[in-house]
Amino acid sequence: MRLAALTRAYRRRAPGEPRAIGYLYILPALIVYAVFLLYPFGQSVWLSFVHWDGLTVATPAGFDNYRALFTDPSLRAPFLHALLLLVFYAALPVAIGLLLAAVMTRARVRGMTFFRTVLFLPQVLALIVVGVAWRSILAPDGLLNDVLRAVGLGGLARPWLGDYTWALPAVGVVGTWVGTGLCMVLFLAGAQRIPRELYEAARMDGAGPLREFRTVTLPGLRPQIAVALTLTIVAGLRNFDLIYITTSGGPGNATSVPAYEVYHRAFESNQVGSAAAVGVALTVLIFVLTVTVSRLVEGRRA
Amino acid sequence: MTTRLERNVTYGILALFTVIALTPVIGILSTAFGSQSSLDTGFSTPKDGLHWSNFTDAWSRGHFGTYLGNSVLVTAVVVAATTVLAILAAYAFGVMRFPGSTVLFHLFVIGLTLPQEALIVPLYFDLRYAELTDSYWALILPQTAQSLAFGVFWMRTYFRGSARAVIEAARIDGANTWTTLWRVLVPMGRPAISTMVVITFMWTWNEFLMALVMVSDEAHRTVPLGLAFFQGQHSSDAALLAAASVLIALPVVVVYVALQRRFIEGMLGGAVKE
Repeated sequence: MRLAALTRAYRRRAPGEPRAIGYLYILPALIVYAVFLLYPFGQSVWLSFVHWDGLTVATPAGFDNYRALFTDPSLRAPFLHALLLLVFYAALPVAIGLLLAAVMTRARVRGMTFFRTVLFLPQVLALIVVGVAWRSILAPDGLLNDVLRAVGLGGLARPWLGDYTWALPAVGVVGTWVGTGLCMVLFLAGAQRIPRELYEAARMDGAGPLREFRTVTLPGLRPQIAVALTLTIVAGLRNFDLIYITTSGGPGNATSVPAYEVYHRAFESNQVGSAAAVGVALTVLIFVLTVTVSRLVEGRRA
Repeated sequence: MTTRLERNVTYGILALFTVIALTPVIGILSTAFGSQSSLDTGFSTPKDGLHWSNFTDAWSRGHFGTYLGNSVLVTAVVVAATTVLAILAAYAFGVMRFPGSTVLFHLFVIGLTLPQEALIVPLYFDLRYAELTDSYWALILPQTAQSLAFGVFWMRTYFRGSARAVIEAARIDGANTWTTLWRVLVPMGRPAISTMVVITFMWTWNEFLMALVMVSDEAHRTVPLGLAFFQGQHSSDAALLAAASVLIALPVVVVYVALQRRFIEGMLGGAVKE
């Protein structure tokens, strides 16, 4: 027992033979990676502690830029929007993905490949193209309003992306559309690994589809749910393209998110230090949320 | 075992979500073949035949020919550079042992979750200082760096899984590490490598923020950037806008439909850390 553990620890530490030449193989990638990713990130941290307009000399700011994230409403709002959007970008895709995977696993579905290919398709389209397509749907004379009028709900029709109350959920729905197929595919793969005997046992106990889902499928998919939430949260918080093309943060700043705020502050309103602080805070937020998710959903094993 | 009712409900649910997934795609396709005079900003249907001329117009009037050329060039270089650099580094991480390798590897993996927004600001000022903005380099170098996070992670998994026996046999045959890599492991690893190529291709082709920040002259615009500007200027020209969208989406969609298993594997694998 002790010996086995020791060998295992040794193997984990030693993936291969000792070779100093390894450094040479890593060097080219490391140089590009360090110069164009690690170093700029370090600079971002430094920039977040100065006031700078991008032209004149930067002056030290201490924690001003970070304090403003909590006190300045125009900075607080984007972070609140981002958290609210996670309902659409992460929670809903996971929920719908679970539903789709559950029904597809239970009944032997014909045309499985077709459904999987079509439902995953939104993931591979450029978000700029997705944004253009959805602008047309959500436009005042767009498909959504046409449908509402056709079924006699014309009173609900509105310029969705230009409405202070509805613009944020409208952008959220686009995020749900993008993320659902990814979650479904992940859960389908996970469900295939759940032992058939568990389902048979559940059915012997007289479990219906709902109880079967709750007692067998859902617990069996815990690791996949953690991965899906991590993926969708990271993608949702990073998302700049959709906001830029659909609303540019508007109306007012009703749909502004941190990713958009970084761009806006650094390149449109000359608040470079503040933009850097938003970028660093966004990184921290992503990190904290993904660690929390893997702790919560996967339990202590994470 | 399952009842007829349940089967019908299942197909009903799947049909509903298939329609939802396809509506924007079909709407754009349909509008792309519609007539240009339509004032509707929503989708339209081609009523008087298919207007293939929308594509040639987008190509020439919207300068999408130039943008596609730029996108092809940038994507090809990023994919090639990422592939070679990631294979080299992942090989060392996967089959060699040397001090600091774990730390260095984790340094690469961090890049998978690091948002671009935390890099873009200093990157812009650095590259402007080096007089590289408005050049292909300003798009190629940062995107290669960002793709390397996934590439190194993905290929290391392959190299770790590739049979130790094969590597030892190659060494007994007198192959050094370099020839073992290129003559044995790379040919064997073609499925893993093509997944990485396909994913890097899609990310680079669809990349928007980097192009928006780094490029101000029209000559270096890539297709997503071109579309954003086109929408700003010709938002009333729904047919041309849709045709341009189709031109952008088509290459990735074709590759996706042909190689969907590699696509899905890679996109899921990219976030699944061990």
